[in-house]
Amino acid sequence: MRFAILSFPGSSCDVDMYHALVDIVGVGAEIISHQEADLNNFDAVVIPTGASYGDYLRPGALAQSSKSIDSLKAFAATGKPVLGVGNGFQILVEAGILPGAFLRNKGLKFRSGNAKLAVQNSTSTFTSIYEQGQHITLPFAHEYGNYYVDADTAEQLKEQNRIAFTYEDGNPDGSVERIAGVLNEEGNVLGMMSLPERAVEEIIGGTEGLPLFRSILKNWSEKNVNHA
Amino acid sequence: MTKVNVYVTLRESVVDPQGIAAQEALQTLGFNEVESVRIGRLIELELAGTDNEIEARVKEMCEKLLVNKVIEDYSFEIGEVAGK
Repeated sequence: MRFAILSFPGSSCDVDMYHALVDIVGVGAEIISHQEADLNNFDAVVIPTGASYGDYLRPGALAQSSKSIDSLKAFAATGKPVLGVGNGFQILVEAGILPGAFLRNKGLKFRSGNAKLAVQNSTSTFTSIYEQGQHITLPFAHEYGNYYVDADTAEQLKEQNRIAFTYEDGNPDGSVERIAGVLNEEGNVLGMMSLPERAVEEIIGGTEGLPLFRSILKNWSEKNVNHA
Repeated sequence: MTKVNVYVTLRESVVDPQGIAAQEALQTLGFNEVESVRIGRLIELELAGTDNEIEARVKEMCEKLLVNKVIEDYSFEIGEVAGK
């Protein structure tokens, strides 16, 4: 299985993502520039975190001007998995691939640390190895982590089981309905502000991000590897 | 060349934590009459075209990039660039 790690000017955690995928999970991965924009030969796309385009205008907004966003939309439409973490989630939202928008953290401060999440949907491509309701701890680092959708959209997300994770740590940044991770309608695109690639080894403080990548691999293998 | 001022504001339904903090600071300074502060952004464009063309193009720019309609509203004023 081969992952594309889509890197924009200002993406800064592409190498962390590469390390997690290649050295720990054991899949193939390539960091590709947003200018190359050819995603056809990949089985999954990950948009890493960082501060693409300096977070100017709104975090994630200026990435829309990249040709790779059209390729990304076409890739997502094929049903293959797309994961955006941190700034990658903000890019997916600004591009209209996921619903909602990001506001500044309620406390107006950049915050980083460990967030406690609950797995609300353990049937998705990204979460099937987790237990329903399982609590996991993942690092985060953001100033615009306050996820917003209007009340009707929030209700729709609940009804369609598209809230993958919720915050169980008091939700200090103020996200609507404590939403920490959201899926698209088809279930093949996930955005989350927490950073699973920073929780894949005990030496860096935990491994609770690992099942997310292993879920993607497992679900891909079940579809694509012939066990005859 | 025409100058356009685009005003971007947070939608009324969206809580503005910056505005609340600024309002509290104003009250601390004795401006107790301030009942609400909402902080937005001003984007200044200079561009060529007739007013009708500019109106249509700027609207498109706002909808496509400059404004996020999920959380923001906008309005704009078309004026002349002074001294050119």
